[in-house]
Amino acid sequence: MEIGPYILLASLEGAVTAAVLALTAVGLSLVFGVMRVVNIAHGEFFMLGAVIAWYVAHWMGGHPALGFVAALVVAPLLVGAIAVAADMTILKRLDYDPERTIVATIGLLYIIQQLTLMSYGPEARPVEAPFNQRIALPWIERGESGWQFYYPWGLSTTSYKLAVIGAAGAVLCGVWALMTRTRIGLVMRATQADREMALAFGIPVEKVYALVFGLGAGLAALAAVLIVPIQQAHYLMGADPLLLSFIVVIIGGLGSLPGTVLAAVLIGLSDGIISVFFSPTLAKILATLLVGLVLVFRPQGLFGTRAA
Amino acid sequence: MLRLEAISAGYGKAQVLRDFSLDVAQGEIVCLLGRNGAGKTTVMKAAMGLLPLMGGRVLLDGAEISRRPAHEVPRAGLGYIPQGRRLFTGLSVAQNLEIGLRARRSGRDTLEEVLELFPRLRERMDQPAQTLSGGEQQMLATARALCLRPKALLLDEPTEGLQPSMIDAIRQVIVTLREAGVAILLVEQRVDAVLSVADRVAFLENGRGGAVMEASQLRADRSIVDRYIGV
Ligand SMILES: Nc1ncnc2c1ncn2[C@@H]1O[C@H](COP(=O)(O)OP(=O)(O)O)[C@@H](O)[C@H]1O
Ligand SMILES: [Mg+2]
Repeated sequence: MEIGPYILLASLEGAVTAAVLALTAVGLSLVFGVMRVVNIAHGEFFMLGAVIAWYVAHWMGGHPALGFVAALVVAPLLVGAIAVAADMTILKRLDYDPERTIVATIGLLYIIQQLTLMSYGPEARPVEAPFNQRIALPWIERGESGWQFYYPWGLSTTSYKLAVIGAAGAVLCGVWALMTRTRIGLVMRATQADREMALAFGIPVEKVYALVFGLGAGLAALAAVLIVPIQQAHYLMGADPLLLSFIVVIIGGLGSLPGTVLAAVLIGLSDGIISVFFSPTLAKILATLLVGLVLVFRPQGLFGTRAA
Repeated sequence: MLRLEAISAGYGKAQVLRDFSLDVAQGEIVCLLGRNGAGKTTVMKAAMGLLPLMGGRVLLDGAEISRRPAHEVPRAGLGYIPQGRRLFTGLSVAQNLEIGLRARRSGRDTLEEVLELFPRLRERMDQPAQTLSGGEQQMLATARALCLRPKALLLDEPTEGLQPSMIDAIRQVIVTLREAGVAILLVEQRVDAVLSVADRVAFLENGRGGAVMEASQLRADRSIVDRYIGV
């Protein structure tokens, strides 16, 4: 295969990574932006989403699409509820103090991980995709008779992967609409701008915080449900999404949603391409290096408008 | 209308206010004077429920608002125009006002009345709040609080850093509000600006309440002011 089709293939893989990463990172970014809480347990909410998806699909039986659709609804709601409970019982008691919430969410990370290990076990388990047709992709090439289409061997994707990209895009548009077009979004942005003034204007800040923490965790869980037919559910699977989400949130500009999405696309695509041509480790090294450079030369993030 | 009864408050363990008491009647402007760091802003934050009280209580129209969670204090009818304006950045002028309207479920008619007082805001409704000029920002901060249709209003240095024409406009609005029966607690550094509008003046020294007197007394004898907050 020539280089062109190869790059297309890598970009498609990268786009799937980017889509799932964007969802996860937007959840982290929302929580940081509105609550100023650095949620180290975010990756565990992702993992819980995948594990719950496996349980739901396993219990439902029948056609794979049935279990998958049920998981798509149940996992984010359940994980969101767990996060709301954690917010009300732990973070609220710490008065959302930035340092103490970091320590608390580290604790939460280990509790969730160990409870999952004890109940779900150390195995990696797959969830079957609801549909999974192989789609061969055409490539264009100049032959003796001018430009012509052909199907290079190995250049293919699946309908499910395309659906993941589409679904993530739709959910992100939904989050954007929620933040900019609805009353609850307005209240969240006011709380983000000035918590004390939000209180002085009758906004129940504690309820807003609980909602945002639940929403952030729910987005991570949703991302995990989307990826679990490709990646399998495992109790340690939360580490990579956490690291990548942090990278994306810092590069995109702390608390900036469009910046987070753009950075996710940038990191996801380059991760896909570098992983295919070189190695996944190099991709992570370069991403981390980029974070260092951004922090030194542009602390507000590549797309951030003002210092956070 | 607004009554502070021996309130004590501070930040963490550091106490700033000690047993401070003050009454503001309906349709009255009381001005709180004191040196920088005396605790004037702290009085307002404590009244709003933004700082936990170490003692005492706050009553609005007979209701003990200091027993309620902070976000219910504005809903009871206490409006706050904080020092430094503190608008919701990132939100437009209209959205800032909308937050004010929602607090007490005020309707469009309230918005119209408020915009009547600040016509310049009407032309800037879709502009992000942080892009307004200093004077316009103060107008917005005031308009936002008025959207609550407050029974009592706390104004913390509303003319800080404004041009004379703007100061006049703000003072005009304060007088209009008094006529509408709002109880007004005003913190101001410019003594001249204060004496022309205030009904009574209360002094605050190192977190403790000092003399409270009629503004007319001070207008007659300025040396009293110098004794309390002089350089
Ligand atoms: N956020 C804070 N944390 C700790 N101390 C504070 C804080 N804000 C103000 N103070 C202290 O409280 C005292 C009164 O401050 P403030 O009420 O702002 O005074 P004023 O408004 O009269 O200038 C000052 O000594 C100040 O240092
Ligand atoms: Mg002050």
